[in-house]
Amino acid sequence: MAMIELRDVRKVFNSGKPNEFSAVQGISLNIEAGKVTVLKGPSGSGKTTLLTLIGCMARPTAGRIMLSDREIMSLPERFLTEIRRKTFGFIFQQFNLIKGITALENAMLPAYPTGEKFSSIRKRGLHLFELFNIARKANSKAEWLSGGEAQRVTIVRALMNNPSVIIADEPTAHLDTKLSVELMDILEKLKEDGKTLLLASHDSLVYESGAVDRVVNVRDGRIEGAEE
Amino acid sequence: MATWIERHRNILDFTLSSLLRRKRKNAALVSVYTLIVFLLASVLFFTYALRKEASILLIGAPEMIVQKLVAGRQEPIPVAYIEQIRAIRGVSSVQARLWGYYYDPVVGANYTLMVAEDPDLSPGGIAVGEGLARIRLAAAGDTIEFMTYRGVTIELEIRKTFSSESGLVSSDLVLISENDFREVFGVQTHYSTDLAVTVRNPKELPTIALKVAEMLPDTRQILREELLRTYDAIFNWRGGILLAILMGAVLAFIIFAWDKASGLSMEEKREIGILKAVGWETSDIIRMKFWEGLVVSLSSFLMGILLAYIHVFFTSFMLFEPVLKGWAVLYPQFKITPFIDGAQVASLFFLTVVPYTVATIIPSWRAAVVDPDSVMR
Repeated sequence: MAMIELRDVRKVFNSGKPNEFSAVQGISLNIEAGKVTVLKGPSGSGKTTLLTLIGCMARPTAGRIMLSDREIMSLPERFLTEIRRKTFGFIFQQFNLIKGITALENAMLPAYPTGEKFSSIRKRGLHLFELFNIARKANSKAEWLSGGEAQRVTIVRALMNNPSVIIADEPTAHLDTKLSVELMDILEKLKEDGKTLLLASHDSLVYESGAVDRVVNVRDGRIEGAEE
Repeated sequence: MATWIERHRNILDFTLSSLLRRKRKNAALVSVYTLIVFLLASVLFFTYALRKEASILLIGAPEMIVQKLVAGRQEPIPVAYIEQIRAIRGVSSVQARLWGYYYDPVVGANYTLMVAEDPDLSPGGIAVGEGLARIRLAAAGDTIEFMTYRGVTIELEIRKTFSSESGLVSSDLVLISENDFREVFGVQTHYSTDLAVTVRNPKELPTIALKVAEMLPDTRQILREELLRTYDAIFNWRGGILLAILMGAVLAFIIFAWDKASGLSMEEKREIGILKAVGWETSDIIRMKFWEGLVVSLSSFLMGILLAYIHVFFTSFMLFEPVLKGWAVLYPQFKITPFIDGAQVASLFFLTVVPYTVATIIPSWRAAVVDPDSVMR
């Protein structure tokens, strides 16, 4: 069953201006639940834009995006945010941790607007920190973390609201080989836990990993052809 | 409801840790903000309290005072004038008053000596205000020496001390018997300092004052209303001068606060993007910025008000005393009775806390309505 379905999705930036740019040009794609899908392609191919559209961070210029058979793009901003908070967990290329607050506080951020009790958010955060073997860094400031630690904190943050889909943009871009392999192990475990994973990467360590179920080649905003 | 409260608590919690990580910047902001509120509130508290004191003082004042003038200066008035004034239709009573200022070289202060109709105050006895008792370290039973106009010293015994609602009244006052007063100042028996006139119908006061002026051309008539107006004008004028000077500081602060509050740094914009990307709604961001603005401005406001209160009512307006207190020399230890005008505090609140909070929200709202995909780039 397709968890996420894209129908002729297009995204145009600076529409009608001299610098108009079409990042996604009519992509149709099914992403299956519980599988690891990798969007593979060179820089500027439209992978990241596609991830932002699927993750409800931006609206497509044309086309439809269905989440569990529900058309989501016409929903008002508030509902989109709620979907983003509940359904998706994001692992960003730049980590995007907030400086000055602790690693644990960073990881807890997505749960704040849910209205859950602070103590239970904290408990869950600490549990995830232990699970990812970074409990000793829970009270360290975000800027003091090493690349690998920061990456794990972003993973904990992505998992904070127990989302069904994890979206990761170039997750190995700032990691060395050893840490990249560790990351792929973690992602494999998440897949075993039943999560749907959608990655964008041009790192062979990612798309050649045994955990990956499907690689989608993206070039110039279009899908080139799928490899199973 | 519980969810809503928790949501606010969580966001407030994040706001506080957010404020703490920009400690220096926010501390500088809070100090400048506090200073401005402190200065403004000091002037407002002080002028209001003084006006209030003056009006309390004047409530007990006679409706009209008649003084004798010689060459434009006040002189003792003949007691014989009493009967002439009493004869005017509408006058209900005329009383001779005896009062004057006495310089006490021991403490270097001026006292106000006044004759009072008090059975306790037989010759040789006085009643003193609390301020005077404090400065002379004297209590009932002690004696105070007074130098008479002849250069002879007489000792008067303190029979009692008193306080009143207004420090202005009680602080330096000495109530004395008529005999002792005349002995100290040498005012002859058929003269008094001035005359206090009461009338049956206050509306007739101007007419009666005119009749007194025609009948006794060497006198001047002072109406209570005029005194009140003069006090009001003087304090408003002085307060106004100080406020005008402070306006420069206020303007500088407005520019500073506006710049701080309205301009979001790249770092702050990035943070808003991250928060949106991880599932914060635009309203959550605005809520956060609202709390941030409120915490900064409310704490500065409360601190400023508290400091101003201490400054005005405990340290006697130490910083600006020379500007607003013309009679500082007369009152050796003058403490103002705390009177606060709620409307003034409220207007200060609305002129400081509200604009600042709004100024922090608007730019955040502009940043928060942008799509969160900016953090993906």
